[in-house]
Amino acid sequence: MTINWISITAILPLLGALALATLSKGAELRAKQIAFATTIITAGSAIAMAVQFQRDNTDLQFVEIRSWIPSFGINYAVGIDGIALVLILMSVILAPIVILAGWNEAQGGRWSVKTFYILILILETMIIGVFSATDVFLFYVIFEAMLVPVYFLIGGYGTGERSAAAVKFLLYSLFGGLLMLASIIALYVMSGAQGEHTFDLKALSQLEMSSTTQNFLFLGFFIAFAIKAPLWPFHTWLPDAAQSATPGTSVLLLGVLDKVGTFGMIRYCLTLFPEASKTFTPAIIVLAVISIIYGAILAIGQKDLKRLIAFTSISHFGFITMGIFAMTSQSQSGATLYMFNHGFSTAALFIVGGWMISRRGSSTISDFGGLQRVTPVMAWCFFLAGMSSLALPGLSSFVSEFLVLVGTYTRYPVAAIIATIGIILAALYILIPVQRALHGPTTPGNENLTDLNLREKLAIAPVLTAIIALGFYPAPLLNVINPAAQHVNSQLGFTDPVPTVEGR
Amino acid sequence: MTSTLIVYLIAIPLFSSALLLLAGRKANKWGHLLGTLASASSFGLGGYLFTQMLSQPSEERAMTQKLFSWISVGSFKVDASLLLDQLSICFVLLITGVGTLIHIYSISYMSHDLDRRRFFAYLNLFIAAMLLLVLGDSYLNLYVGWEGVGLASYLLIGFWNQKPTYATAAKKAFVMNRVGDLGLSLAIMITFASMGTTTFAGIKEAAPQASSATLTAIGIMLLLAAAGKSAQFPLQAWLGDAMAGPTPVSALIHAATMVTAGVYLITRSNFIFDASPTAQLLVVIVGAITLLFGAVIGTAKDDIKKALAASTMSQIGYMILAAGLGPVGYAFAIMHLLTHGFFKASMFLGAGSVMHGMNDEVNMRKYGALRKFMPITFITFGLGYLAIIGIPPFAGFYSKDKIIETALSAGGAKGILLGSAALLGAALTAFYMTRVMILTFTGEKRWDEDAHPHESPILMWLPMAILAIGSVASGFLFTRGDALVHWLEPVVAPGEHGEHHELLPPIVVSIIALVMVGIGISIAVIMYVRRPVEGVAPESVSRLTRFVRKDLQQDYVNEAIFMRPGQAITAALGTIDKNVIDGAVNGVAAMAVGSGASLRKTQTGYVRSYSALILIGATAIILGIWVITL
Repeated sequence: MTINWISITAILPLLGALALATLSKGAELRAKQIAFATTIITAGSAIAMAVQFQRDNTDLQFVEIRSWIPSFGINYAVGIDGIALVLILMSVILAPIVILAGWNEAQGGRWSVKTFYILILILETMIIGVFSATDVFLFYVIFEAMLVPVYFLIGGYGTGERSAAAVKFLLYSLFGGLLMLASIIALYVMSGAQGEHTFDLKALSQLEMSSTTQNFLFLGFFIAFAIKAPLWPFHTWLPDAAQSATPGTSVLLLGVLDKVGTFGMIRYCLTLFPEASKTFTPAIIVLAVISIIYGAILAIGQKDLKRLIAFTSISHFGFITMGIFAMTSQSQSGATLYMFNHGFSTAALFIVGGWMISRRGSSTISDFGGLQRVTPVMAWCFFLAGMSSLALPGLSSFVSEFLVLVGTYTRYPVAAIIATIGIILAALYILIPVQRALHGPTTPGNENLTDLNLREKLAIAPVLTAIIALGFYPAPLLNVINPAAQHVNSQLGFTDPVPTVEGR
Repeated sequence: MTSTLIVYLIAIPLFSSALLLLAGRKANKWGHLLGTLASASSFGLGGYLFTQMLSQPSEERAMTQKLFSWISVGSFKVDASLLLDQLSICFVLLITGVGTLIHIYSISYMSHDLDRRRFFAYLNLFIAAMLLLVLGDSYLNLYVGWEGVGLASYLLIGFWNQKPTYATAAKKAFVMNRVGDLGLSLAIMITFASMGTTTFAGIKEAAPQASSATLTAIGIMLLLAAAGKSAQFPLQAWLGDAMAGPTPVSALIHAATMVTAGVYLITRSNFIFDASPTAQLLVVIVGAITLLFGAVIGTAKDDIKKALAASTMSQIGYMILAAGLGPVGYAFAIMHLLTHGFFKASMFLGAGSVMHGMNDEVNMRKYGALRKFMPITFITFGLGYLAIIGIPPFAGFYSKDKIIETALSAGGAKGILLGSAALLGAALTAFYMTRVMILTFTGEKRWDEDAHPHESPILMWLPMAILAIGSVASGFLFTRGDALVHWLEPVVAPGEHGEHHELLPPIVVSIIALVMVGIGISIAVIMYVRRPVEGVAPESVSRLTRFVRKDLQQDYVNEAIFMRPGQAITAALGTIDKNVIDGAVNGVAAMAVGSGASLRKTQTGYVRSYSALILIGATAIILGIWVITL
């Protein structure tokens, strides 16, 4: 008997959400406990799945296909490769951490605490689905449906101009989604003309298309993903959303959901439109390099801690996109590893930053000062998260960033050289807030801040441990990613540039 | 030969550091002892491995240890793997030896600091990272240590970061080091792209087949890295500010060990530089400029630590110069690095001892006559002084003289220019160091009223005394029978003796050098013994003096070229992002929705400028595509 691991893992959070729905409105603690337990069980299920994953097999694994809407050839079809597995693992590990870290962040929202966790759990189900869907229609439905819980999480539980930010996020994403929908319909029509109507990813990738058609359809998908990722100049929704959302929502939004954009570029753009991908590669690399530098420079200038972290992410997504489209073994593996590592380092920054903000009652960086004296543990955690963000060698993010750079250099040296300037800018955008918030004399308003409690320490410890451990020993992830990433490149007919001199 | 012990050199201080940081206040009572023990254990192990090496014939002394496969993607395979050879053992013994002495010194020096445990944790972290830097068998392994010491340096410069200027100094050091790291990153990318490997052994094998353009590019990038870490021109400006750190840190990290990492990098990469005369030429130019730059700055400093820091910059300039001279120079670069490690650490600890007795006063104009009150400090500092200015038979005489001699022998105008720079540097060194001695230890008391100078406790003076012995004897020992040159030969100059255009016989060079030193001393004596020293720095001085006091305007230049334009760009992009990019989005949205005639009016007013900007943007992107596909 085969076990449908993907469906089981995906359905668990939904069951938790149903259980939450039966609770009475006042049972806040019980709601948190159920949500936390659900995410832990889900993570356990995903890890059990990962253990059985055959890492050298480049076919999709745990495949499950059920007819959904037969008259349109739509299936419930799921399956994962190494890239999807790593992203699912990242998501399900971050979920309980986010809940534990932001234990009280749902209070004071527009709706009940219970609803907050129902939204989070529904979102988790969708995240697992979106990374494992192999039916393009299924993917599209989840891709769009995911907007709904996020919209309510920002608009209902955020701070400041949360409604405006939520609407902006929604409109922006819907716009991208519409472009993608148009492309999907075109693919569907063509599949009918060339045989049987289908939304199956593999079947669609074998369609014959003129290069003009490919180019247009490619752009439909790519712009949707570039908005989600986000890539310059489609990024302006992100800082607003991050500033308004709760820290937990921000982790899920920037750390997890935005990866759907870069994941989609690999899974859909490269697979469905190999020729168009090659055509647009130079342009995309340029946009990626601009994102790296532009995001970093804007981060340096930010006065608001949450916006600053958002802009660092724009820079990091530039690295990921550059790695994907440079299409060398190192850059492609590096890009996926980068997605995983960015999830953890951004989570660390938002979680610890969120604690600082909720204690101080302000997210303006200059309102902090001298926290190192008052709250040494919290200050250390923030510092370590920052070091991860600037990719200090020895931490996990260094491995992925260097792989992207070295891999890109072998094919696009100029792009890699400009992108490397990002490491200097990263030192500035991290050390400036570190100095303002943590160093110096303790400024008024900060004297009585409390240091991390046990729950908070338990929440952040696994994140920081992973950041350090995977920096020294990234093999467990790379072993899973490498075959899948090389498969992606070889499908497009790319082999690595050969060194001019054979060394040892 | 393989050895399973090398990793413990690094692991012991690393675990000690982690333990001290995680244990928290519970470890306050014994943290400093554990930290010192960890460093001493590494030193003991290093000594044992050294005796093992001695028992082997010279070609078989290098030991390796593969730990695990660190990163492996496609043909990019990097092992966590260590190499202990004749070059790295010199550093291992210097780092752990001087490191342990400075740990011992710090037990007393930091005894009143609330955060002494944290201080020892950082020191241990530094020792571990620095050992990784010199023991890694590939550039990528080295890189981890390279940034690790940068982190430790940042944490220790900013150890008292409650004071905003200290926090700024720490940040400045980190950022300028990252500029250097850009060079190291790119060097690694180029070696991988062109030679398919990042290990020293692999590159050494492949380098002869590589094009000279490739080797020059790698060389220049490595030089950039070295300049950042070793405070060489044009990335020198952070070192003076780094004196914000506690004095033992200045002695260990910003004098004896970390700042010399650039010399290690260039010496280690001898197979790149020997094959690229252009890169080598740039190395000697940077070295010569910095040795004069640092020495000139040193002449006008009243802050004892900053005077010593300027001196460090200058002395490392000598080392870089020597390393740039190729196989004839590497051994002398390393020799000067080791003797400098002794005498400069000895003087920095002496400065700490003086500050300890003078309420942390650093202004030498408020010292004077301390010889009588701090006799041990005076003697140990004095021995370091005699060593640095190059009086025979003290250590600096042997090592610096060899560099001057080799520079003069470089041939042609190059030899004369480099040799003259080195000789002029010797005179300047004699001047500013004599000035330090006079202002601090002789003459009249110029103390603040509440100063009660006293000799430091034994835990402080004993390390100073041991280092002083090194300042006296090490040069003689290293040159006896060319011991160090022969020891390093298998690594830096296998079977090679290089070009040698002897311009002047060595004895004549030595005499000229001593005459230069004599001139430097005499001027200092005339200026500071014959005339009374003022308690505050005189205001009515020449423009030149003001220029030198301002560190030759190095900060002004950096601010004008990088900082202010950078701030302007940051501000401008912020505005553009808000008004143009986001504005366009909002405008399009507003027009699409068609909400409100007034809104539409304002937005259409911008349509023309948006169109123009989009046109400019599109052109820029097309230009960018052309550039990256070159």
